[in-house]
This record gives sequence, structure tokens and C-alpha cells, in this order.
Amino acid sequence: MTKRFALGIFEDEDVLLHAVENVREAGVKIYEVFTPFPIHGIDDAMGIERSRLPIAAFFFGLTGLCFALWLQIYTLGFDWPMIIGGKPHIALPAFIPVSFELTVLFCCHGMVITFYTISKLYPRWKTPVLDVRSTDDKFVMAIEVNENTDMTKLSQLLRDNGASEVNQKEMSKF
Amino acid sequence: MATLTHQESVTAEYLEVSPGTRRNFMLIIVAGVVVLVLGVIMSMLGIGAHHEAAEGAAAAHGAAHGAAHGAGEHHGSAPWLKRIIVGLWHNNVFFTGVSAIGTVFMAIQYVAYAGWSVLVKRVYEALSAWLLPGLVIMLITFGLNYLNYDLFHWTVPGIMEKGSETYDAIIAGKSGFLNPIFYLVRMVLFLGLWIFFTKRLRDLSLAEDLNGGTEYFHKSINVSAGFLVIYAVSSSIAAWDWVMSVDVHWFSTMFGWYVFASWWVSGIAAVTLCTILLKQAGYLRWVKEGHLHDLGKFMFGFSIFWTYVWFSQFMLIWYANLPEESVYFNQRLGGFNGQYTWLFFGNLIVNFAFPFLVLMTRDAKRQMIMLKIVSVAILVGHWSDFYLMFMPGTMKADNGFIIEIGIALIFLGSFLILFTKRLSQASLVPLHHPFLDESVHHTT
Repeated sequence: MTKRFALGIFEDEDVLLHAVENVREAGVKIYEVFTPFPIHGIDDAMGIERSRLPIAAFFFGLTGLCFALWLQIYTLGFDWPMIIGGKPHIALPAFIPVSFELTVLFCCHGMVITFYTISKLYPRWKTPVLDVRSTDDKFVMAIEVNENTDMTKLSQLLRDNGASEVNQKEMSKF
Repeated sequence: MATLTHQESVTAEYLEVSPGTRRNFMLIIVAGVVVLVLGVIMSMLGIGAHHEAAEGAAAAHGAAHGAAHGAGEHHGSAPWLKRIIVGLWHNNVFFTGVSAIGTVFMAIQYVAYAGWSVLVKRVYEALSAWLLPGLVIMLITFGLNYLNYDLFHWTVPGIMEKGSETYDAIIAGKSGFLNPIFYLVRMVLFLGLWIFFTKRLRDLSLAEDLNGGTEYFHKSINVSAGFLVIYAVSSSIAAWDWVMSVDVHWFSTMFGWYVFASWWVSGIAAVTLCTILLKQAGYLRWVKEGHLHDLGKFMFGFSIFWTYVWFSQFMLIWYANLPEESVYFNQRLGGFNGQYTWLFFGNLIVNFAFPFLVLMTRDAKRQMIMLKIVSVAILVGHWSDFYLMFMPGTMKADNGFIIEIGIALIFLGSFLILFTKRLSQASLVPLHHPFLDESVHHTT
């Protein structure tokens, strides 16, 4: 499906931050903002809801913990019991470091994979970028438009709030 | 949204300690004295003493000291006096350590060029007000130790002289480091240095309030860097001196970190608690959820850090199971008829499981009530952690709580008086700090 966007190009992050607040107050829905680096407070200004990634992270971690405990208890306690240092076969204090590491490993990898998947940052043949300058020194505000949108009014609103240029771009698979 | 970019201008605000508050602090002290007297009377009458545990204690003690000891067993003061001396030392090490964290925290914020913490700077700056009384009480208590050698076994006369009745070869081997003169020199030197750097940073901070400019900020960074290097070494040695030398036959290379972690997380909990109490009293108007969130993250993270250090020490000793090392946990996990066992596990629950589970979510770290509960739990928990470090080595099976809690209340009341006094001496907002604006706009 092809989407059309109006792109406001900004030179400065503070200008952008104010523009985001004002544009939203004017009742225009912002699709996304692309910046070369993270800007403090922009998610609040855009009204983005909290990510639910931490919940996923918790369950990834729990999976890792269960896997680690199962691995150690099954192998060392039942499958091939060995006496090590005169300790019981299932010696929980000795299992804690491995359990901790596997919890962290599952949690990190799970989070990275989940984040890349939901943000569509996984490797693709052709990466859709609305304006390549947003990876260099420009701040891009994307607003989804259709035939009914009053482009002159929108363009004026963006320029009034500090956009140095306003472009339009069509993008498929976005 | 408007709050994000449009701020009212920041003005100075001064804490006024009302007579009512001051009376409450006095009440804490009076309550402490009452509890202390009650505890002494109960101890004299023999109520709550572990009589049947005495034999087990003798056995455990004998095992701890082994054959190296011989006939030179000393008896020490009457239980109530011994408990007062040990309680003084225990509380003073805890409160002085927490107090020093105020300066450590400030130094780290300076060296890291941290901006978020500027609005709570005066809180941790005032936390180090206890250092000077801490040094005085520590010297007095070390003197009291010489009444009957209740605190430090290595101070018993003749223990390091070959042929003496009390001779102990292992302790004699440590005489190069653990002799009273070098010990006192270290104590005065370390606390003196901490006090000196605290004063230096405080003076710079107050001068900055008066004159403004970035000169004081840059100077503070240099002073902080110097302090952190000195503190890193001296806090570790202080932990061996003040805490580990109570169990003089035993040693652990993790101990410096372990004690520091305990002080550090308690200090952060104290800063958080005071910030919230001040905010609820109507001060610190510009401190927002974001600042509390960061303090909450610190408490959460360093509770885990403490556990990590605790476990690193425990697991190696448990795994290797060398008698001279594992005696430490033997005493705490089932030794003396198991009377420290509940505290041993309770310590882990209060200091690890509780903060870990409660502060895990973002919302919890941003709510004052959650932070308040957890910071109080951490402070009580780490007080008990220090209790667990001192008591099995000194009181053996004769430990108790009433006298110790009484002394703790007296310390708490005095600590709060000095703390609020220093807090009220300067504006709660460091108006000319170069990063003030960043802190006011801080969001997380």
C-alpha cells in the first residue's frame, strides 16, 4: 500500500520540539519524526505511549531463567550426576551464576530481536527512508496526507513553526 | 506538554526547621534513651538472655579459634556494657559510612558532569554532616574497647607476644598492620581526609552560591576526582579495619566492596527518602518525577550490586569450603544454635528480593510512596546487615536487639539534627550551578 507524506525539514532539535507541540495543538496528527540522534522529551511531546517492550523483556528473562535451571538440574542432577567438591548434585548456589547469565542472554537477545521486528529494522533489500538527510544533520517530521488534505495550509503551519522546507513524498511498503 | 519547554524561573528556597520538627528529633533521642535503659535493665535481670545457647556458643567459639588459642580466653565486660560498646561501634560505623556517601555521591556527580542531580545536590551535600561526630565517637568507642577488649580480640595485651599466656600465632602474624597505633593513625587519617574534602566541596559550593560563575564548578571537579581516588582506597581499608578486624582470624578479599556496597545503597536510600520528605513538606518544588525516577533506579541498581558482591563473597567461600574461611558463614548460618539464621536470610530478602521486585517497574520508581517504603526497608535492612557483620564476632550467642535499637534511635535523632541544620544553612536550590537549568528540564 502506498502512503503519501508531507515532510517538514527542521534544522534544530529545539525548534523541532516546539514545532511538534504546536503542530499537535493545531490538531494535526504526526506520523513519525526522524532525527539523527535521540532527543530528550520528544516522545512526551509527540504523545507516544510507553513501549510494552519491558513486559516482553521480563518474559524473555523468565524463559532464560527456567531454561538455565532446567539445563543444570537435569544434566547435573539426573542425566549424569557427578560429585563436585563434595557438594550435593543439585547445588543451587553453584547454579546461580549460570542462571543469571542465561537470564541476561535471553533477555537481551529477545529484546533486540523483538525491537528490530516491531520497528521494521530487520535487514531488507531496500530500506525505506523518507529523507536521507535525517541520518545526517536534518530533523524530519512526517505527516501522513491524502487527497482531502489542504497542503497549502499544512505547509504554512510547518513553515510557521520553523520548518526550512516542506516536501511531499510517496512511499510504498512503509 | 507545556511544562516541558515552558518553565517558571527558579528561585532560591530555604528550609526552615520548625520547633515542632526539632522537638520530634529530640523525642527520637529521648525514645532511644528510654529503650536503651530498658534494654540495660532487662539485660541485668537476665531477661531475654540466651542461657541455653551459651554452651553452643562456647563450642562454636572454640571451633572458630581452634587450637591456636590455648588458655588465653578472655571474658569481657558484663553483657549490657559489652552490648553498649558493640552497639556504639556498630551504629557509628553504619551512620558514618552512610554520611560519607553524601560526599562520594556528590564527587561522582561532579566528575561525571551530571546535570540531572543538581536539584537534589544540597540533600546529599548535607548528608556528610555526621562525619566529624562520627570520628569523635569512633575514637571514644575504640577507647572503650580497652576496658575489657570487647570489640577487637587483637587488642588483648600480649596476644602478639611469643610466650605470653594470651599468645595467638595467627594474630601475631598480622601485627604489622593490626597494631593500635597504626590503626588509630589510619582511622584519623581516613576520616580526616573525608572531612577535609567534604569541607572543601561544601565551601566551593557555598562560594558558588554567592559569586556565581563556572570557576567553582571546575574546581569542584578537580577536588572530587582527588577525593574519589582517596576514598576508593581508604573506604576499602576502613572496611577491613572497622568491620573485618572484629573477626580477626578470618579474611575475605571481597570485604571492602561488600561494606562499601552496603554504605552506598543506604546512602542513596537516605538521599531519596530525604528528598521525598522535603518535597512532601513543600520544598524542592522543581524536583519532578524524573529526578525521583533516577534516584529509584540508583536504589534498584545498587541493591542488585550489593547482592552481587554479597553472593560473590558467599559462593566462593561456600564452594571452596576451607575451614578458616567458612567459619564466618558457619556462625551466621546455624551457628550459636541457629539464632542468626533468620537474620541471615531476612537480610537477603529485605535487601535484595524486596527492592528488586518492588522497584522493577517504571511506575514504581516514579511514585513517592513506593520509593519511601523501599528506602526505609533498605536503611533498616542494611543496618541489620552491619548488625550481622558485627554481632557473631563480638557478642557470640549473647546478642540482643533492645539496647542496639535504643542506640540506633539516639544516633538517628542526632544525625537528623545535624543533617537538617546543615540543610537549612544554604538555599535548597544551588542557584548558580551551571547545570541547574538542565536539572530543571530533566525528563526520563
